Amino acid sequence: MSLLLDLALVAWLLALALYVTSARGDRDAIVAFIAFGLLLGLGWTRIAALDVALTEAAIGGGVTGMLLLRAEAHLRKRKPGGPSKGVVGKAVTAVACVMVTVGLMLVVLAFPSPAPTLAPAAAAALPATGLGNPVTAVLLAYRALDTLLEKVVLILALIGVWSLAPDGLWGGAPRLRPALVPEPLAYLAQMLPPFGVLIAVYMCWVGADAPGGTFQAGTVLAAMWLLVMLAGLSPEPETRGKALRLTLIAGPALFVAIGFLGFAMAGGFLSYPESIAKPLIVGIEAALTLSIAATLGLLVAGPAQMASGR
Amino acid sequence: MSVAALGPATLFGLCGAALAGIGLFVVITHSGLLRRIVGFNILGAGIFLVFGAVARRGAGAGFGGDPVPQALVITGIVVAFSATALAVALLQRLFDLTGRETLEAAQEHSPRSEA
Repeated sequence: MSLLLDLALVAWLLALALYVTSARGDRDAIVAFIAFGLLLGLGWTRIAALDVALTEAAIGGGVTGMLLLRAEAHLRKRKPGGPSKGVVGKAVTAVACVMVTVGLMLVVLAFPSPAPTLAPAAAAALPATGLGNPVTAVLLAYRALDTLLEKVVLILALIGVWSLAPDGLWGGAPRLRPALVPEPLAYLAQMLPPFGVLIAVYMCWVGADAPGGTFQAGTVLAAMWLLVMLAGLSPEPETRGKALRLTLIAGPALFVAIGFLGFAMAGGFLSYPESIAKPLIVGIEAALTLSIAATLGLLVAGPAQMASGR
Repeated sequence: MSVAALGPATLFGLCGAALAGIGLFVVITHSGLLRRIVGFNILGAGIFLVFGAVARRGAGAGFGGDPVPQALVITGIVVAFSATALAVALLQRLFDLTGRETLEAAQEHSPRSEA
């Protein structure tokens, strides 16, 4: 029975991906990609990766889909697309891509057995962190450096996006609100955020011991913020705003500060004293969640499009 | 090997391999940059899924999968998103400045026959 479910999921994933290659319009392709992201989230639950499933559904399907749909609307005035490759070029490319796939498949089938794993090591050190969710422990304790650098990558990407604003608009606000806000959107933007914020707080809190965590909670918060801005219920923030920039860097800054405290308290960068490991980790998570929400929301909002109204 | 002998790990690993190939095909064959960005995301999703198969196979110590690759994939998804956002912003700027959404040289000015 579960094999049937898995096969159906795989078939749908492949069908949607193939549809993206053949769809005429970009919008059709993007809608297929959003469905693909949600189904892929289901697929991740089938291989026992619930944390990844939540992230994939929220970011891979949801926020990326919104970003792409907005881009498509922005490009709608374009001329019909240029000629793509000829039949011969496509055939050659297809053969090459099939070879890549076959190579990867051979690798998948040739995985060593028994599989190498760090699960016992992760489990052995889990009591020292006070956490119950091994994935959160990896993200914020064992491999905290990766997570810290990833936050920096997010900030760098945001700086990159902002710097694409025309000179005269630097420091201004991005524009999300359409000229005419449809009533259902305004209604949803009033109804959903309380639930979304509640879910985000829950996900962030429960992430210490069960699937969930900063990324997932941050993405849900970002989605709620975007919804409110899209419906025009709250103005888009000016990118020069001090409070906004503080929110963006507060999470990573706290992370770095606690990391340096590790030298004094636990003998190394990003190491936590065992007795207060869990409060420290939950504190970092809370601050990071807000920063991630702000960063993701602004990444989707894009560069400034309205002059700063000082 | 019969299909029934495949565990979910191998099945989704193979699916990831196929997705990577399909994503690569989209990136190479489509000239529209927006479609290429979608293809890039499918390519990435396929690679993550192969890594997810590795994680599933590493199940042990009471966990359903090896948490280390799972955490790396979460980090990867977030980084892929930020790269996508930057790519989309670049594309919109390109479009605003030139009115084009491809990287092909403007063909009407220099008609060249492709070999």
